[in-house]
Amino acid sequence: MFDRRLLLNFDWTLLITVSLLALIGIANLYSATAAWEGSGGGFYLKQFVWFGIGLMLALLICCFDYRHLEHLGVHFYIITLAMLVAVLLVGKTTMGATRWLDLGFFNLQPSEVMKLVIIIAFARYFCRHGHFRGYRLRELIIPLALLALPVVLVLKQPDLGTSLLILFIAGVMVLFAGIRRGVLILLILLALTGAGGGWFMLHDYQKERIRTFLEPERDPLGAGYHIIQSKIAVGSGGMFGKGFMQGTQSQLSFLPERHTDFAFSVFAEEWGFAGCLVLLLLYLFLIIWGVYVARRAADRFGMFLAVGVTAMLFWHIIVNLGMVIGLLPVVGVPLPLFSYGGTSMVTTMIGTGLLLNVSMRRFMF
Amino acid sequence: MKNESDAPDLTRRFMLLSLVAVLIFLLLLLRLWYLQVIQAERFQMLSERNRIRYMPIAAPRGPIFDRDGQLLVDNRPAFGVSVMRQDIDDRERLIEQLSLLLDADPEILENRFKAGRRFPFYRPVPLVDDVSRDLLERVQENSLDLPGVLIDVHPMRSYPLEDVAAHIFGYLGEITERELAQSTGKDYRSGDVIGKSGLEQTLETYLRGTEGQRLVEVDVLGKELRVLKIQDPVPGNKVYLTLSQEVQLAAERALGEHSGAVVAMDARSGEILAMASRPSFNPALFARGISGAEWRELLQNPLHPLQNKAIKGQYPPASTFKIVTALAALRAGVATPNTRVDCYGSFTLGNRDFRCWKRTGHGVTDLRKAMRESCDVWFYKVGLDLGIDRLADMAREMGMGESLGFALAGEKEGLIPTRAWKRQRFNAPWYDGETVIAAIGQGYVLSTPLQLAVMSASVANGGQVLRPQIVKRIEGWDGQVIHEARPEVLKTVDFGPGNLAAVQRSLEAAVNEPQATGRASRLDEFKVAGKTGTAQVVRLRDDDRDRAGRVTPFRHRDHALFVAYAPAEAPEIVVAVVVEHGQSGGGTAAPVARAVFEAYFGLNVSAPEAPAGHFGD
Repeated sequence: MFDRRLLLNFDWTLLITVSLLALIGIANLYSATAAWEGSGGGFYLKQFVWFGIGLMLALLICCFDYRHLEHLGVHFYIITLAMLVAVLLVGKTTMGATRWLDLGFFNLQPSEVMKLVIIIAFARYFCRHGHFRGYRLRELIIPLALLALPVVLVLKQPDLGTSLLILFIAGVMVLFAGIRRGVLILLILLALTGAGGGWFMLHDYQKERIRTFLEPERDPLGAGYHIIQSKIAVGSGGMFGKGFMQGTQSQLSFLPERHTDFAFSVFAEEWGFAGCLVLLLLYLFLIIWGVYVARRAADRFGMFLAVGVTAMLFWHIIVNLGMVIGLLPVVGVPLPLFSYGGTSMVTTMIGTGLLLNVSMRRFMF
Repeated sequence: MKNESDAPDLTRRFMLLSLVAVLIFLLLLLRLWYLQVIQAERFQMLSERNRIRYMPIAAPRGPIFDRDGQLLVDNRPAFGVSVMRQDIDDRERLIEQLSLLLDADPEILENRFKAGRRFPFYRPVPLVDDVSRDLLERVQENSLDLPGVLIDVHPMRSYPLEDVAAHIFGYLGEITERELAQSTGKDYRSGDVIGKSGLEQTLETYLRGTEGQRLVEVDVLGKELRVLKIQDPVPGNKVYLTLSQEVQLAAERALGEHSGAVVAMDARSGEILAMASRPSFNPALFARGISGAEWRELLQNPLHPLQNKAIKGQYPPASTFKIVTALAALRAGVATPNTRVDCYGSFTLGNRDFRCWKRTGHGVTDLRKAMRESCDVWFYKVGLDLGIDRLADMAREMGMGESLGFALAGEKEGLIPTRAWKRQRFNAPWYDGETVIAAIGQGYVLSTPLQLAVMSASVANGGQVLRPQIVKRIEGWDGQVIHEARPEVLKTVDFGPGNLAAVQRSLEAAVNEPQATGRASRLDEFKVAGKTGTAQVVRLRDDDRDRAGRVTPFRHRDHALFVAYAPAEAPEIVVAVVVEHGQSGGGTAAPVARAVFEAYFGLNVSAPEAPAGHFGD
């Protein structure tokens, strides 16, 4: 089954870009956690291990033709949905939210899996129900239902960040598939009323985060502390930064969560605008390359798959960076390949594996 | 199934996607440009002036109470002097100044300062933990000349009972690099205090509490200007022990200057009422940081004050083991309570003579008399008929020769020898002579005072081997019960019908009848049952054995043992006593048990009866 052409067509550009970002991320983690001892020392090493695991998963995924996923999509969707229900029933609760399933050897976060599964499910639907002149509302009922179930379940955990991300990823895929102008207007209206109604359904801490985002100085030591300290860190980096391991904000521990969600502000402080420019260009290149992979895909399923994965990476990057530099409210979204955490790394690398898969089979029908 | 007809449309969509991505990234870059280039100066100034920092507030460790709620271990406020490394320019001068002000050895201050390099930069490095108020005032008066020097108040462990029950509480110390490495995820940092032994170690997670923090604004010298926010620390949980302060005090006083251990246990539940090990130490030394000289003194003391002899001391149980031998022999049917042996003062096996402690002999002896007067020959004979393996079975069933799963670390297992053990350990066969001396608890047999108490309790309570418990209850500050101990029966021994009663009667005789070896433990108000023991420390040849110990050097003198329970009719409390080199179980150990009984039953506490005359074994 393994064709020599697959190796010839292997997408080295993508793999190298992703690896480069991950390595920069690990170096940054080393700096961010250098001042911690004991429990802190091993973060960058653990992240390295996670990257290794992710890399192997990505390469493993390449061995199987992605087209098998089209048939497995339904199964994946049902299993993951069942896991989301299970989380609500028997999940592990930490810090007021129930997001994990304890599988004994590790904790699984089904909402993370759902990001990938919804991409596969949508790719399957839009591949099978092609439409050249834009979808009507009637034809969107099934994908919208497919989307609504997990989003509501994740929202109930409660995990606003992840449910919005799933919504955004699916949104890009729907828009890319094309919808009638009327439907677009309708969906926008629906989203606005949903947002308005949703405000009353938010938990207090979520409302507080949004209020604080709009006006961080309101509570500089409480909820606003993260945003203010992060902005000071980023801003004080200046044009060329304070140098590796020299960031006073981060080294002095004014920065909270500096190894996870706020890892970028450590980078920005130490490498300045110049460093951020390079890093952002790398991320942008990754996104553009993802779109390029979609464009070269051999079939509609592969194309939608690539668009979905790229959208996933894109939204994570945008929401995290937007949060760190004070453009978006604080929602706990990690920066792919950069923030510490096994779940994020594995999800990202599986996504990368799918892109590599679609890319290397571009000439195979 | 790419459809060629929609190719231009698709191309447009891909272009649109890319364009949107580029535009949004451009927006991010613009924002970064604004923050990092246009506003850079402002943020750099803010960053330099960022003098808002989190300061940890140490959580008081949980207090420890006795079973009646009397406070045994508490915390007191202590004043410490620490420095912010980043605010110090001239380290040498500062250390010189401080050593003068605090009457402290500059070398110690220097070392602690160096140790602080492992701390995060923003964390004050403690130099002195416990400063008297007078010295503190001197520092405060000079505070203007001491930039970066901070004074803090922190809770420090205090021990109102001083050296009483010190081994149960254990001591604290600064966390080591290794402990730090093992503590992943538990939020320890260099300089933190951690339980090193005893309950402080076992219950570390319960006692520790959660650190609080203060968000403070400081000036350029690192002095606090104002407190912006406080998150109070959560003190450690309240621990209630099964210990009774009165019984514990009585046990420690009765041991006095002797070296040894006392275990008093509730015979029905396994709750430890007292566990004393002498000599002891004052854990307060460790709380304030023990000096090298003090530490060396404790380590080099030949009486091992740091060792909890109640669980780590392994002694030949000597004649207290006769309880086990008797029960094993009765159950196996090799003897009955009426089995008579004529004691001439020795027992001959092959070409060896095994002496009874009473050289003139006990004459015709049955179980009751053998137990009462601790006749060795009766047990030599019965033990030989029984054989080592059946004896060892009974001992193991009664909780000896294995760990009892006690809450404190380092519990020793003791040793109950068998044929198989000897084959494995020495690759040698078992000899009958070894059975004979094992029958009187000598030779290879070893047990801890805790095991003796558990063994005796199983006699007192009808055969239940109980897990000894020291922690009764752990409570959060909201009164929520986190842990509650329940009696735990490790195993139940079947002694065979009537056998236990016969042994119980003989143990009552061994305290209450004339000629009894354990008479010094007698109470007027309650009937006590017990057994003495005198353990050889070195094997002496018969002819230079000197019971009075006049010529025997102290370290060669026999250990004195006594196990007892009361009231004999309905046992509540069991006591095991070991007095190292106390020479006579009846003379030295039995009065200690009596003092413990008196404290437990609330009797008029009399001065321990002076050892009068010759008590025998």
